[in-house]
Amino acid sequence: MAEPLLELRGLHKAFGALVVTDAVSLTVNPGELHAIIGPNGAGKTTLVHQVSGTLAPDAGQVFFAGQDITALPLARRARLGLARSFQITAVLPGFSVLENVALAVQARAGHSFRFWRPAATEAALNAQAMAALEQVGLASRAAAQAGALSHGEKRQLELAIALAMQPRLLLLDEPLAGAGPEETERLIGILQGLKPHYGMLLVEHDMPAVFALADRISVLVYGQVIASGAPASIRANPAVQAAYLGEDF
Amino acid sequence: MLARLKPHAVPLALFAALALAPLLGFGAGHSLSLLARAIILALSAIGLAVLVGGAGLVSLGHAACMGVGAYAVVMLDAARITDALVVFPVAILAGGLFALLTGAVAIRTSGVNFIMITLAFGQMAFFTAASLSAYGGDDGYTFYGRTSLFGTRLLEDRWFFHYALLLLLLGAWYGGRRLLASRFGRVLRAARENPLRTQALGFSPYPYQLLAYTLAGALGGLAGALLANATEFVAPSFIAWQRSGDLLFMVILGGLGQLHGAILGALAFVLLEEYLAELTPHWRLIFGPLLVLVALYLKGGLLSLPGLLRRG
Repeated sequence: MAEPLLELRGLHKAFGALVVTDAVSLTVNPGELHAIIGPNGAGKTTLVHQVSGTLAPDAGQVFFAGQDITALPLARRARLGLARSFQITAVLPGFSVLENVALAVQARAGHSFRFWRPAATEAALNAQAMAALEQVGLASRAAAQAGALSHGEKRQLELAIALAMQPRLLLLDEPLAGAGPEETERLIGILQGLKPHYGMLLVEHDMPAVFALADRISVLVYGQVIASGAPASIRANPAVQAAYLGEDF
Repeated sequence: MLARLKPHAVPLALFAALALAPLLGFGAGHSLSLLARAIILALSAIGLAVLVGGAGLVSLGHAACMGVGAYAVVMLDAARITDALVVFPVAILAGGLFALLTGAVAIRTSGVNFIMITLAFGQMAFFTAASLSAYGGDDGYTFYGRTSLFGTRLLEDRWFFHYALLLLLLGAWYGGRRLLASRFGRVLRAARENPLRTQALGFSPYPYQLLAYTLAGALGGLAGALLANATEFVAPSFIAWQRSGDLLFMVILGGLGQLHGAILGALAFVLLEEYLAELTPHWRLIFGPLLVLVALYLKGGLLSLPGLLRRG
């Protein structure tokens, strides 16, 4: 089997006496969508922070394409090809939709110590940004100010920004949070289309979406992975059912 | 052609007014001195506007960069070096170096801490200047002549000085605009709006912000050297934190949205200060509340005034 794109080895994180990540080990293979589910407070977002580099684990390691990136800051990990979307939308509200994405293209083009040419008219940046917007179906809103988008559109923009980074791994922190039923359907369609091209680590509350999209699911409860496997086996797992007492899959 | 110029109508009108002012009754010595002061402060304010409006770095120590530039002129003058080709580059480098060294520390912080630390560096510069007894200490240092240009006394010609300043202001404004619109400026603006997002894209904002801070410091150094020439006198009060506060207020008074707001703010500030003082010795009683009103009701600064009036 090919080397995993992302590998977490024995990650451990505690805030005081509260253990939020407890010996978490998991892998994401190229082209695989690995979803993490778990009840509220299970430590999903804390785990995402440790993968993206905003939070350092107390113990354990994060490997990306075979390289130990545990000590690398957020920006360095992003340059290696690890793109994250944010649970709370973090688009740049004062920028246009196109400029939000063009900035991601610009980040890939090496340093930005270029002082004279207006960036807004650089065709090379804008063309690639438009391509990413088309991929998520937001091209028609390119000129709008990002702050004026609807919630669902902002989620699409988050995706376009991540795509424009041409990452190897997409780290999606609740990409469907707060989206209405129609928007959710559209976003699932978009993710389905992207799936073959990227490794994805998906944290999501929307169970139907997770079971529709995931190749593998890990269940996180109180910081521990209590089960990991194909969607069908997770659905049948009694420990998982106990953790989600009363909830429908 | 006209349509292309329309978005620049306000800055073009500002520059035209400044260019024509000496011909329209502001040509007397006193008026030209006043205008020179306003233009020099505007020059410095443009650097600060790039930091505050562009990068979101609210510095309360910008006057220190001007002070460093001014004291560079003093020290060179004391060593009998008055050639503009030496004096101005040294002042620019000194202002930039001061900003680089202090910024390297200050930019590691943000928000209120950044304001406090820039203020602290400014005060350090102030007390250092006050203790330089060789250069007049608290009493300041008086020049016996302005910096010479190619061996001439051209800078002492008030008209020449006025138009030279105006040219520098035009250059700084245009350069600042290009800078903010460039890839570099885009990273600065993004880091202001959301630093975490900017890092998640792969940018480390620190080197970008530090370079912007250094460039603004260099421009401040130039402005300081020019102010030393305009007043033919330098004192530690040049560096006092009140001056930094004045500069910050000019930038906000004019409007943070666009760079020419800083020019408008500096002009309004200097002219108001001057004419209110002529009206009454208690002018601060009018000036203060006026500034409060602007801060309360003109969120976009003077630049937003026409739009507000149009909407009634």
